[in-house]
Amino acid sequence: MSDVMRLQRVSDVEWRLPPSGAMRGAARVYCDEAMAEDLCREAESGGWSALVQLRNVASLPGIVGDALALPDVHPGYGFPIGGVGAFDLRDGVVVVGGVGFDINCGVRMLATPLGVEALGSREALADLLFERVPAGLGSEGAVRLSVREIDDLLRGGARYAVARGYGLAEDLAYIEDGGCLAGADPSAVSERAKQRQFRQVGTLGSGNHYLEVQVVEEVFDAQAARIYGLERGSVVVSIHSGSRALGHQIGQDYLKVMESAGRRYGMSPEEKELACAPVDSDEGRRYLEAVACGGNCAFANRQVLAHLVREALAARFGVPRAAVRTVYDIGHNNAKREWHEVDGERRELLVHRKGATRAFGPGRDEVPEPYRAVGHPILVGGTMGTASYVLRGTPLGMAKAFASGVHGAGRSLSRKKAAKRFWGEDVASSMKAQGIELRAHSLRGIAEEAPGAYKDVERVVSAAERAGINRRVARLRPAIVIKG
Amino acid sequence: MPYEYLEHTADVAIGVRAASLEEMLCDAARGLFSIMVPAEQLSPLRPVEIVLNAGSVETLLVDWLAELLAQKDLRRLFFCRFVVTLEPRGADGLSLHGTAWGEPLDRRRHAVGAEVKGISHAGLRVEHEGCGWVARFVVDV
Repeated sequence: MSDVMRLQRVSDVEWRLPPSGAMRGAARVYCDEAMAEDLCREAESGGWSALVQLRNVASLPGIVGDALALPDVHPGYGFPIGGVGAFDLRDGVVVVGGVGFDINCGVRMLATPLGVEALGSREALADLLFERVPAGLGSEGAVRLSVREIDDLLRGGARYAVARGYGLAEDLAYIEDGGCLAGADPSAVSERAKQRQFRQVGTLGSGNHYLEVQVVEEVFDAQAARIYGLERGSVVVSIHSGSRALGHQIGQDYLKVMESAGRRYGMSPEEKELACAPVDSDEGRRYLEAVACGGNCAFANRQVLAHLVREALAARFGVPRAAVRTVYDIGHNNAKREWHEVDGERRELLVHRKGATRAFGPGRDEVPEPYRAVGHPILVGGTMGTASYVLRGTPLGMAKAFASGVHGAGRSLSRKKAAKRFWGEDVASSMKAQGIELRAHSLRGIAEEAPGAYKDVERVVSAAERAGINRRVARLRPAIVIKG
Repeated sequence: MPYEYLEHTADVAIGVRAASLEEMLCDAARGLFSIMVPAEQLSPLRPVEIVLNAGSVETLLVDWLAELLAQKDLRRLFFCRFVVTLEPRGADGLSLHGTAWGEPLDRRRHAVGAEVKGISHAGLRVEHEGCGWVARFVVDV
């Protein structure tokens, strides 16, 4: 039996892997018993394993507290998806796999003044959004940038997009970090990364990225829902996209840099994509400057996409652009400097969240002032046929999970199996029968993204809530789904 | 089929078996681009030259495929035909000269699949086996 099987039960939804071998601290998993059993089986199989990856994260220099896995954990590239690792700024490392390749991939949610009945026939809006929002393979954005302008975008993020006329200045207060990550230095980003992005600003992408018009189906936390402006029956729009080709090129470029630097600093991570360098090193600082650029690119991208949604709602329903309000915009592939209390001491740490969101609860300064009493929203994507969630952070989550939140359902079937089991046209007609209009550029993509290919988001959300680290605010049901 | 898609929950894994390293690199590229557009729907209209050096066969495979993905964005071409020649470089290194041919995407003619975002080193395997080469790699979609 492998070491990773020694997962100890703390509660029904909390499991601990005590330090052993190269581990510098423990690892902790928040999930239900069946999920824990699946994780152990996966580890025992000797194949790709989220638990083994979590153990490897716990073995990295300068890790503070436990390496964490949230209920949507599954194997990633070096670092598990749904994984969180906090590192000391002097002795710790910054890890390429802990940020991931789609830097600051995340979700923007827009609240509309429309109720579900105002949507009327969903087909017309679905067609309009599909026409106006560039999505899928080979799509190109309407924004054209020069070399100098792309540097401005990488420095300014959503602020730059607003200054260019995409969206409203009021949006910025409701984007994580004000839509602009500090420390972004475009000279840390290769020309190739910038050139690959020239035509991709304001594009959705493909795969699991989406734009959904959703209806608030149920409210669980009336106070938080009221503060966020979410009412039962109201219509919201969620946009899931990231830093597109630029983020990937940054990841690819810095994997080589960090691997070589790591060797010099005596690092020997278990997997290549756990390549890391000290936070307090030239290479570590340079990578973080590039990550901030990638993050800003993602913020700008979602800002432009939000603008396109506003234009479509104005054209279809005459909704004033200012009446479409940003509820929140939050990333789930990041490494950020944050203050946390550890063993009674307030410390600034570098918190990696790969496939996990930030989840600051009540009272944190980083939370937009109007939301400060309840914490900021956590935006959780479900599947295109089921439900998505709005959650919020909790004081317990800040104390026990470095203020982290779940980000989605996670796949249960491979794309190959899904494409064999489901037929794109059947998936679309089954969704239509449920009142969901689906528009996608790829029939194969629809089959691969079929709701049946994903885990049950309800279980993920339920485990996070029962563990006390996140709290449910509202459940959203899709009405229109736009895919690449 | 010189390449096959293997089971992988989150992304797409590709397995390749070929008589030579050069052939393996070309088949891997075909497998990669066929995720996005079936190769038989594309015409080899425009060539792109690729030159790169790598210290190991694993790095060579990842760098070759990553370069093709970058060229896809930079030249707006989807590739369907590949030719590679290799020369030794230093003790363990290899120098690659390759040409990829393709055409711009036309959504009216091409059945598009998911966009491949990158090539992963996770689970990467390139080995000389029997009288040929086998490779397994994961792409991020």
